[in-house]
Order: sequence, then structure tokens, then C-alpha cells
Amino acid sequence: MKFTASIILTALLSFVACLYLPWWSIAVVSFLIPLIIIQKPYMAFITGFVALLLLWGGLAWWISTANDHLLAHKIAVLVIKADSPLLLIGLTALIGGLVAAFSALSGSLLRRLF
Amino acid sequence: MVIVLGTNTLLPLPLGSFLSPQHGIWQNAEPVKQHFNARLHFSELKGKSTVYLDDRLVPHIVADNDEDACFLQGYLHARFRLWQMEFQTYAAAGRISEIVGDKALDFDKGRRRLGMVYAAENMLKEIEVNPLSKAQVDSYTAGVNAYITSLPESRLPVEYKLLGYKPEKWSNLKTALFVKQMAQTLSGFSDDLPLTKAKAFFGDEALRILFPQVSDSLDPVIPKGTLFPPASVTPVAPALTDSVYINNITGNLQEIEKPNPNNGSNNWAVSGARTRSGAPILCNDPHLDLSFPSIWYEMQVTTPTMNAYGVSFPGAPGVIIGFNDSIAFGFTNSERDVMDYYAIQFKDKTKTQYRFGSGWENSRLRIETIKVKGRPIVYDTIAYTVFGPVIYDESFPSATEPGAALALRWKAHDPSNELLTWYYLNRANNYEDYKNALQYFTNPAHNVVFASKAGDIAIWQQGVFPALWNRQGLYVMPGKDSSYMWQEFIPADENPHILNPERGFVSSANQRPADSTYPYFIPGYYDLYRGIAINRELYAIDDVTADDMMKLQNDNYNVFAETARPLLLKYVNDSSLNENERKYLDIVSGWSLYNNINERGATIFKLWYDNLEKQVWDDEFEKAGVTGLRPSEKTLTEALLRDTAFKYIDNINTPEQETITDVITNAYKQAAKAADSLSAVNQLTWGANKNTSIYHLLGAAMMPFARTGLPVGGGSHIINAMQHNHGPSWRMVIELTKETDAYVIYPGGQSGNPGSLYYDSFVDKWAAGEYYKAWFMKRGEQEGDRLVWKMEFGNE
Repeated sequence: MKFTASIILTALLSFVACLYLPWWSIAVVSFLIPLIIIQKPYMAFITGFVALLLLWGGLAWWISTANDHLLAHKIAVLVIKADSPLLLIGLTALIGGLVAAFSALSGSLLRRLF
Repeated sequence: MVIVLGTNTLLPLPLGSFLSPQHGIWQNAEPVKQHFNARLHFSELKGKSTVYLDDRLVPHIVADNDEDACFLQGYLHARFRLWQMEFQTYAAAGRISEIVGDKALDFDKGRRRLGMVYAAENMLKEIEVNPLSKAQVDSYTAGVNAYITSLPESRLPVEYKLLGYKPEKWSNLKTALFVKQMAQTLSGFSDDLPLTKAKAFFGDEALRILFPQVSDSLDPVIPKGTLFPPASVTPVAPALTDSVYINNITGNLQEIEKPNPNNGSNNWAVSGARTRSGAPILCNDPHLDLSFPSIWYEMQVTTPTMNAYGVSFPGAPGVIIGFNDSIAFGFTNSERDVMDYYAIQFKDKTKTQYRFGSGWENSRLRIETIKVKGRPIVYDTIAYTVFGPVIYDESFPSATEPGAALALRWKAHDPSNELLTWYYLNRANNYEDYKNALQYFTNPAHNVVFASKAGDIAIWQQGVFPALWNRQGLYVMPGKDSSYMWQEFIPADENPHILNPERGFVSSANQRPADSTYPYFIPGYYDLYRGIAINRELYAIDDVTADDMMKLQNDNYNVFAETARPLLLKYVNDSSLNENERKYLDIVSGWSLYNNINERGATIFKLWYDNLEKQVWDDEFEKAGVTGLRPSEKTLTEALLRDTAFKYIDNINTPEQETITDVITNAYKQAAKAADSLSAVNQLTWGANKNTSIYHLLGAAMMPFARTGLPVGGGSHIINAMQHNHGPSWRMVIELTKETDAYVIYPGGQSGNPGSLYYDSFVDKWAAGEYYKAWFMKRGEQEGDRLVWKMEFGNE
């Protein structure tokens, strides 16, 4: 339950935060959630990772599909030297996931100090 | 982690911000079903206006006053082409180092040394003293800035995100810089330096033959036999030119990169007397480096004072090439030389004084401040003389190999206000209006073609040109002797022009404007064969239709090869060829002379001729130490046609005397060798060999944004002037019937965003030689099959 709630809350608040704030607000959100919903550090890491993996992966996939992957084809060749929109979407999801995972881990570890 | 992914200190890209779906490049992935409807309010607007976007994303601006129309042009240019217009003005101003670091430092210094900002400042003063053009540019700038201000970081064009910078505010100076960038592209070419070096080896008499002023087979813009009034201005040549003329310039000067010598165009207009509809037809296709985003942005502008359609330059207001309710107009480069060099003798290293006449003249020092990304600011002190900026001296291009100081006299530096030309041209109703508009056009000089619904056709070679004494300015001139300066300018009325000629058409294709009976000395970098090809066809076609003209713009026939091939085939010694070599001979002799993509003969002919040029010229020019300059293809062909014992055929590095047969046969064998290697990689057909490509403005760094391998024929000296990545950047055929039938296309798309469906949407049709019928919206017409989106603008 905590697991699902954390994921949903992290993803949702990250989305809202990014409407107004820079991209790294996902790190702030992911850091704050384990302070509110207490989780073991490794669980916090996983929930943060999954939340942003889903959010960024989902958003990128949704945007790119509406675009017929026109831009993703070009950027993928430019950045990862492979003509694969899916890989670029995957990389996006991974980056978001990792940033959130480490932030959530930090949050959870901070919580432990008290 | 956030810091690593948010900056590019460790990674080539800040991956976090770059890939964030709500901030980064995903925001540039425009939905293919994007709608462009909008209601926008800007306090700068005076009234209400509407932009109707058609199915090709061409805007049709309908404004109730001229200033709002300029505001909207600025807004739309920024909306669809912001990165490009800003980048091009950064380039013009020599500021690329700010974006990419010190690898652009030499480029930037070159722009400053050319006096690009100085030229733009001079232009801006002229623009701003004229209330009409000031209002235009002020509104345009306000429109660009209205868009920039409203632009969230997430919607910045992709290039900003890739290079990691943000747009700054537009200014009137940037518009002037853009115009001067075009001036450099089109009138910034000069061979004076290598020619001066060549003179020390060959002497002036020989160079008169190697670089002749008039070609034997010239078919000039103004038909032969046209009478020119005698010159009203007679420049006085200094006494003893030859002995005082500078005979050498020290060192092997690495010149600032010159504009592409192929920059040129075709234009023509056919009188209604020769067309099927009875209405005049005007055609134009400007040849430039092809790029993404395209240099052109198509649009229509309707205000109470004008209704014009055509292409604009993102960066400046106005329809540059196009038509209106009553007339059509187009441009080809004049190719006239308006750039001369003067040797300067500074008194000392401070560069504050230089020898002029019997004394020392003060120079004005301009300190250029070049910001460099990640490095300290670089300063460059440039001395301005009575001629213009000292472009080369002991600190540029190289402080380690100091060369002679050379000042640049360039027409583009002089104050002018070309924006008025387009202001009046867009509103012109007849020949008189067109002539009136031209008076503001001083540089870069062009052949401006004209046709009107009233039935007139005309062409003027327009620009302000120095009246030169014979051979003035071909070589570096002494800067201390005022008698070598430009004296007066040729009165505009004496520029080559013609109205309603008997032959029923006017045309130009960068050839010399007039034959030797024109009373002024007019050096330039002229083409020869495209003009011959166009005129031959225009004479031959009867009952001309728009369809004929579209075919003509795409004509791949090679008049140069027609002239040169018989010479090659006549003198090649085929008994000395082996079986393998001989097979290419059959291909060349059987070639149709059309540079179509499937022809192998076109490739082999080019290899053969290029090698012949090397055989003939390289021995002498290498000995002279001249790089980057050889006589033109037309000069060699005409010389060999005149004299098969042409002196330069002999290779001066061998004891024996080579003959025309020797050089043509040797060149053939070299070509056959090259053809073998091309054949092995399937690149012998003309299309594969040429590999027609359109690159992104950032070039090789952005290959995924380019289009390569386009199936397009044509080439140098051919009406369809499409080379590897240089050629027809806009094609238009305008039939001035009552309704005006306009057929247009350009190799690009209306959007500069690589993530948009409209980024390259015209390319395939352009490559196939096809056209779009333009939707020329009539006044009051606010609906139509072609109308897809509507942007409404107001001030509240």
C-alpha cells in the first residue's frame, strides 16, 4: 500500500512540480515523499525509481507517439548513435528514474536520523 | 547527480534538462496533428489583424495597418524560425565564439575584420533617419521580441537546448546585420589578392588573357546591339599605373573564407505577346547553399497599402522575391566586383597613423571585443582608414607570420537603406513604381527582373558601382596615393537595363550584363553558359505556358559540355588507351549532354575536364605560388577553341613540349582511373556522384537534421543549377493573368523545428521538380479550401 501510494504521489507531484519548476524539482519531490511516507531506504529507492521511470517514460512515449517519432528518430541518432526512438524513450525513463531513486534514498536516510 | 545531469560540465549534454519530457527536447516533438489556431493580445498592436495559415503552413497576414503587419512578420519569423535568424546574425556580427567557444574565434575575427558590424551600423543610421523604414523595423523588432518574451524555456528551439544557450532580445541592428550578411554572401567575393600574386609571375599582359573581361560566346543580360549612351563620368587613371602598382604581397596570406563562387540565380520574364494566355510570365530561382532551416520563409502580407506574396528572409520585414496584385519581381546577383584592397603603410605598431599622400593620416581604431565561451574575452584592434577597415595586418590572420597591412574598400560599408527598395517594390503598381523602388538599392547589386499586369517586362542591373578606370582594382592598389581611390559612381540611369525588348523576353543568369560596347570597366565573377542556355530556350519556345517555364527551370542540359566535349573527343589519342580506359570514352561520346541522375557520361566528362584544367594550369600557378585561383572553365575552353597551341598547354616542369593531344589524353587517363574507383563504389552515375544534400546550418555536427541522397540532376553552368548542396533555393513561376497564377516551391519547410512535420515538407516535391500552386488570397477573401488555421491578433 505504502509502495503504491509513494509511487503515485511521487509521480503525480513530480508532474505538477514540473509544470512550474525546473526539471530537478523531481529530485525535490522524490526526496520529500519518503519524509512523509516512511519506507525502508531500499524501498524508497525502488519507489522513486519506478515512479519517475513510469512518469518520464510514459510522457516521452505519449509525446513521441503523437509526433510519429519524427524528432525521436533524429535525436536518438544524435545522442545515442542509434536510430531508435524506443531507446531514447528508455534512456529518458532511466535518467528520470535514477535521479528520483537516489533522491528518495537520500530522503529516506535523512528520515532515519530522526 | 542533479548537477551532473543539469549542466554539461561532465557530459556533452545536460541529459536531465535535455530529456525531461516537460522541459527538454520532447517539448519540441510537435504533434503531427498540431493545430496552430490562436488568439493573441499584444499592447504594441494598433488594430486587429488575422493570420490565415494554409495547408502548407504559409501565413497570409491580413492587417489593418502597415506597422501591425511588420509586427506580425517579426512574430511569425520568430515563432517558426527563431534559432536560425538569431544564429545568422550572431554569425554576421562575429559572435559565434560566444556559443561554441574558441573554435569559432578565427571566423569571428574574420567577420569583425570585414567590418560587418561597422557596415550594419552605417545601414542602421540610414534606416532610422527615414520615418517609413524606422516604423517598419521598430514594429518588426517588437514582434520578434513579443514572441521571445512569451517563450517559456521548455519551448526553446532544439538547437538552443543542444548548444546550451538562450536567445537574447532582437534589435534593429540585428536586422541590419542580416542584410549585411546577405551583402557579404552576394558581393563579398574578390580575387584581388591571388591575382596580385599571379601578376608578379605572369605579368599583366598574360593575365588579360587568362582572366579576360569579355568571353567570346557571351550572351549578355542586355542583348548585343543595344546602344549604350556614352559614359557621363570619366575616371582618371593615375599616371604610371604599372610601375607604381603593387607587384607583390608578402607571405602566403590565408584569406578570410570567401562566399561560395556559385552564389547566383536565374531570372527571366516573357512578354504577353509570346505566352499562350497573353499575360506576362516572370520566373526566378536563386542559387544558394541549401540549408535547414531554409533561408526563405514563404508568406503573404495584405494591408491597406499592399498585397504581396513571396518569400521573406527570417530577420527582415518585407517580401523579398515575389509578386503583388499588379506586378512580379525577381533577383539575380550582378556578380560585379565591388571589393578592392589597398596596401597600407603604418607609421608604427600602434596603427594610429598611416602614409597618405605626402604626410601621415590618422586612423580610427576600433577595438573589437570577442566573448568566448569558457575563455577570457579576446580583443582585436582594427584600424579604419580613408578606404575602410584594415582587414589584414601584423596581427591578423596570423601574428606569427606578419604580412603587409591591407585596407578593404567595399561598397557594402557605405550607408544605404535597401529596406526601402522592398517597401516600395511590394507596393509597386507599374514600371515607374518599380524604377522608383530601385533607386534605394545600392548593394549587393542585382539584376532585378520585372513584369506587370499592364504588360511591361523589364530588367535593370541595379546597384551603386564605382566608375573605374581600365583595370582599376584588379590588383592590390597603393594606399598612400589618393589617385588610386574610387572616384565617382556610375549614375544609376547608366546602369544596364532594358524595357520591353523586341525579342519578347528579358533574362539574366549572372553573366556579364553587357558586351564590350558598354562604356564602363565592369570587372566581375560572371557565369557564361547558363545565360546562353536560357536565352536559347526562350527564343525557341512559342506560345509559352507556365508549365513550359517550370520545365525550363528544371532543365539539365549542359551547354558547357556541349561546347567543350567536341574538343576533348577530337584531341584524345584513343590508340594510346587500353581496353578498360576506352570503355569510358564510349560513355562520354554517347552521353545525351543532360546532367540527369542516371547519366554516367556527365560524371566522366566532369572528371575529364577537371583533370584537363589541372594539366594545363597547375604547373604555372603552383610555380607562381598561387593557391585558390585558376582561370575559369569558360576561359580555358574558349582559349583552346581559338588556339590549339595555347601557350599554357605545355608543362613547364618537363623538358618536352606537350601538345593539346598530350594534355587531353593524359587528363582522360586520370579521369578513367577515377571513374574506375567511383564505379567500384557505385558512384559513377551523376546522381550518386553528386549526392544532392541539404545540411542543417550547424553542418556535419547535426547530420540527423540533414537530408542527403536526393534524386536531383543538374549542376554547374546548367539552368537547373543544383550542385552537391548548392542550387535553386526557391523556384517561382508567376503568370500575371487577372487572377495571378503562381507556382512556387523551396527545398525546406515553413517550420525550422526538426521535430515538426513542416520541417522538410517541401523537399521531396522540390527534388522531383514539382511546384505548389500558391494560394494568393484576395482582399476581403477570408475563407477558402486552403485555409486551415487562424491566428487572431489584437491589442486587448
